[in-house]
Amino acid sequence: MVLNKFKGMFSKVFSFGKKKDISLGFYGPPNAGKTSLANRICKDFTGEEMGSVSKVPHETRNVQFKEKVEIKFKGKTMVFKMIDTPGISTKIDYEEFLKFKVKKKEAKNRAKEATQGVIESIKWLDDMDVVVIVLDSTENPYNQVNITIIGNLVARKIPVLIVANKIDLKKSDIKKIEAAFPEYPVVGISAKQGQNLEKFYEEVFKVAKKV
Amino acid sequence: MVKKKKSGLGKIKGFSIQFLPYSEIKDLDSDERIKKILKIALGNNILILQGKLRPEEETRLIEDTMAMIDHVKDFLGIELAVIAGGNEEGIMDKMKRNIIGMLSGGDLGAITIIGPATVVKEIKRNPKKIELLLNK
Repeated sequence: MVLNKFKGMFSKVFSFGKKKDISLGFYGPPNAGKTSLANRICKDFTGEEMGSVSKVPHETRNVQFKEKVEIKFKGKTMVFKMIDTPGISTKIDYEEFLKFKVKKKEAKNRAKEATQGVIESIKWLDDMDVVVIVLDSTENPYNQVNITIIGNLVARKIPVLIVANKIDLKKSDIKKIEAAFPEYPVVGISAKQGQNLEKFYEEVFKVAKKV
Repeated sequence: MVKKKKSGLGKIKGFSIQFLPYSEIKDLDSDERIKKILKIALGNNILILQGKLRPEEETRLIEDTMAMIDHVKDFLGIELAVIAGGNEEGIMDKMKRNIIGMLSGGDLGAITIIGPATVVKEIKRNPKKIELLLNK
């Protein structure tokens, strides 16, 4: 404990003047489009994607990150360390994966890895400077996982931006998300179609300035 | 209120609903609170807890639940919902609630519902109502 405090002080003193990259985390429930959004940003600014996407929930089962992602918006540049996290949920049933024609053994293995992924996501909360909560705008936002993540970020004084993803779908309802989280900026996008990303970058810059 | 009780997990033969007043967890540390809650859920009980956990306790509950899924046969996790006032209340009401919360040590106006995923299929909620959908 004392050693950790000392280490923290030491690193603060010696990093003085050095501009640290902003750790930008992507959090949210499974299948909301966190990796799709992270991929879209990385592809736009580095030419490479971050991870694989799938219709099967819990495709991302390890925290993945990309350092030195320079996001340029209206003549300004900010350097981020992008961190894509596994979706957080309170239950995982391997039988859910069978519906997507995943074989039983593979489904069980996926479930096991997914539980570890959730734990890993939560552990990484402490390392974030800014968090983008990615929600599926076709789903009910009043999900306890969303509220729990936001509650933890508020307790840690980490700035939050909420993304209402999948606005290209008919069932999408951004107003419902705005009503559920009136204290936070909400930006509607489609990571898949690349819709409204300019507005997203504008909001990311605004939130990142608070760091 | 109480239906047929069963021991162990797996296919549902019955479950019970337990109400836990905040006084029962007030003096427990976070570890003990989570342990107590998970023990109730592992016994196929739906828990209605007066008050709510702290945000870091909620994430700890999720972490421990995930660890349990790996170690307890047929345990699939939990469904969790917290109903708390405060969304539409004014500043004075909020302050009053915060002071009462500080004095009592927890937000007694809130209710936390926790059920094992084998019993509770989904907790559907919107600002005005909450529905518990049970597995067949």
